[in-house]
Amino acid sequence: MWQRMTKHYLFWPLAALAVLLLFNLIYNPGFFSIRIQGGHLYGSLIDILNYGSPLMLVSIGMTLVIATGGIDLSVGSLVAISGAVACLSISQATDQNSLGAVIMAVAMALGLSIVLGLWNGLLVAGAGIQPIIATLILMVAGRGIAQLITSGQIITISSNTYKYIGAGWLLLLPFSIFIVAAVWLVTALFTRRTALGLFIESVGSNPTASRLSGIKSRSVIIAAYIFCALCAGIAGLLVSSNVSSADGNNAGLWFELDAILAVVIGGTALTGGRFYLSGTIVGALIIQTMTTTIYTIGVPPEINLVVKAIVVFVVCLIQSEQFRARLAKRRKSRPVGTDQEVTRHA
Amino acid sequence: MLKKPYLPVLITIGLFALAFAAGSMRYTGFFSTQVLFNLLIDNAFLLVVAIGMTFVILSGGIDLSVGSVVALTTMLSASLIEQGGLPPLVVIPLVLAIGTVFGGAMGAIIHYFQIQPFIVTLAGMFLARGLCYVISINTITITDPFYTKMALTKIRFFDGSFISISVVIALVVVLLALYMAHYTRFGRNTYAIGGNEQSALLMGLPVARTKIAIYAFSGLCSALGGVVFTFYMLSGYGLHAVGLELDAIAAVVIGGTLLTGGVGYVAGTFFGVMIQGVIQTIITFEGTLSSWWTKIVIGLLLFVFIVLQRIFNVSATKDRAL
Repeated sequence: MWQRMTKHYLFWPLAALAVLLLFNLIYNPGFFSIRIQGGHLYGSLIDILNYGSPLMLVSIGMTLVIATGGIDLSVGSLVAISGAVACLSISQATDQNSLGAVIMAVAMALGLSIVLGLWNGLLVAGAGIQPIIATLILMVAGRGIAQLITSGQIITISSNTYKYIGAGWLLLLPFSIFIVAAVWLVTALFTRRTALGLFIESVGSNPTASRLSGIKSRSVIIAAYIFCALCAGIAGLLVSSNVSSADGNNAGLWFELDAILAVVIGGTALTGGRFYLSGTIVGALIIQTMTTTIYTIGVPPEINLVVKAIVVFVVCLIQSEQFRARLAKRRKSRPVGTDQEVTRHA
Repeated sequence: MLKKPYLPVLITIGLFALAFAAGSMRYTGFFSTQVLFNLLIDNAFLLVVAIGMTFVILSGGIDLSVGSVVALTTMLSASLIEQGGLPPLVVIPLVLAIGTVFGGAMGAIIHYFQIQPFIVTLAGMFLARGLCYVISINTITITDPFYTKMALTKIRFFDGSFISISVVIALVVVLLALYMAHYTRFGRNTYAIGGNEQSALLMGLPVARTKIAIYAFSGLCSALGGVVFTFYMLSGYGLHAVGLELDAIAAVVIGGTLLTGGVGYVAGTFFGVMIQGVIQTIITFEGTLSSWWTKIVIGLLLFVFIVLQRIFNVSATKDRAL
C-alpha cells in the first residue's frame, strides 16, 4: 500500500505541499483561517490561489511545451507584452468601462500572443533551432517590444470591467481562480480524452519515430508553443488587470523560471515525454505557498531565491538516475536496475 | 579559400566595421579612437564574462548563473571591504576563488549526475542572487582608495584618448583565452567534448576533469567580471547585472559560436561584445531612440545569426531534424 502510494506521480509534490502547509500550521496558526467579508472569502489560502493563478496558467502551457521536449523562455516577456497591449488598447478607448473596449483589448492581446507563439513554434519546428535559443530571441526582444508598446512608461487605466478579470469575485472566490480552472479543464480534456496528449508525449520521447509512425510532429510542436504563448497571454491579462496597469519592464519578470520550476517539481522531466498537468498545478501551488509563507513569517522575501535554488537542486537530484543509482549503491539492499526502472517517473 | 567555420566570425567582424562606419558617417564625433575605447571601457565586464561563456557553449553547455555571480562578487567585495575591513588584495583573490569553486561545483553536478546544464546553472543563478540579498538588500558603496584608484586611473595614449585598467584586464583575459582555446590540451578537449561527448570519452579524453574545469573557468571569469564591474560601479548591489547572462550568450552567438557546441572562436565573442557596444553607442548618439531599442536590435541580430548557423549546420544535423 505504502509503496503503491509513493509510486504515484503526485505523491512527492503533494507531500512537499503538505510539509509546507504543516510548517505554516505550526509556526503561523492564522494561516488557515478563512473569513467571509463583504461576500468574499479572505485568507492566506485564498491569496495563494489568487496570486498563484498567473503562474499556474503559464505553467500549464509550459508543461505541454516541455512535454514535446522543448522549453519556452519567452513566457515572461509574453506576459509583459500581452498586458501592455491590453492596457494600451483600453487607455485609448473613449469609454474605458465599456464591455466592447475590454473585449477588443483582450482579443488584441491574445491575438498577438498567438502570433508570437506561432513565431516560436516556427523557429523550433520549422527552422529546427534549439528551443532554448529560439525562445531566447523573443525573451530578449520581447521585453524591448513591451517597453516599446508602453513607451517605456507604466500605463495606468481605470476600467472596472477590465479589472474584473484579475481582481473580480465570483461566488465568494476570486475570478482568476475560475479562469485557471477553465484552462486546466480544457487542457486536461484535450490531452487526456483525445489522442492529442499521446501525440505530444510521443513527439517528446522521439520526434523522428513519431513522424515515421504518421504523427505530424511539426504541427504538434507548433501547436504546443502557440498554446503556451496563449496561456502566457491570459496570465498577462490577469497580472495587468489585477493592478490596473502595465509595466513593460517588470511584469512577468522571472516567470519563465518559476514556470519551469513548477513543471519540474510536478514530475514532468525536462527531457520531454510524459507530462503531468495536475503535478504542474501542485508545483505552482508549492512555489506560491513558499513565497506566501516566507512573506508571512517575516523572513526577508529576498531569501526566497535561496530557498528556490535549494528546491531546484533537490528536485533535480531526485530526478537524476545517476544520483539515485549512487544512493541505491550506498544502501546496497536493493538491486540498482529495478530501483531505476520503478522510480523513473516518480 | 575561406574555410566555412570562419565565415560567421568574418560576418561578425564585417558587421562591426559596418556599424561603426555607419555611425561615423551619421554622427559627428563618432569616428574617434575614444569612442572605440569607450566601447571597451563600458563593456569590459561583459567581455570577461562572455569569454567564460564561450568555453561553456563550445563544450555544448550553457551557464545562466554568470550575471548572478557578478552581482554576488560585487556584493561580497563591497561588504568584506566596507564592513569587514579587509584589504582589497585579500578580498579580490578570495572572491575569485569563490567564483571558481561555485562554477566548479555546478560543473561537477552537471557531469556526475547528468543533469542538464541549463537547469543546474538556473539553480546556481537563484542561489547566487539570493545570497546577495542574504548579505544585504541595499546598495553598499565602496569608498576604499584602492578601488577608487582602479576606477579612476586612465591610461593615456599620445593622442589624448584613454582606457581604464579594467580594459587592460579584459584584454589580457581575451589573449589568455585565445591561447587556451587554440594552443592547450584544455582547449582542444573543450572542442572535442562539444563536438561529441561520447566520442571524446571513448577517445580517452578526460571528460569529467575538462567539463568541471570549463564551468570553473566560467565561474572564475564571472567573478573577475564582477571585480571589473565593481571597479566600474564602485558599489555592491544584489540587482547589479540583471540579465547579463543573456547579453553574454547573445555576444557568444553573434560571435559565431555554434550553440550545439564544438565550433566557434574566442575572437568572435570579442566582436560579438563590440557589436552590442556599437549598437548601444549609436542609440545614445541618435538621442531620440529609447534604450529599449537596444534589446530589440540585439534580439534581431540573435535571430539573424541563429538562422545563419542553422543554414551552415543543416547538412550536419540532417538526421536529427524532425
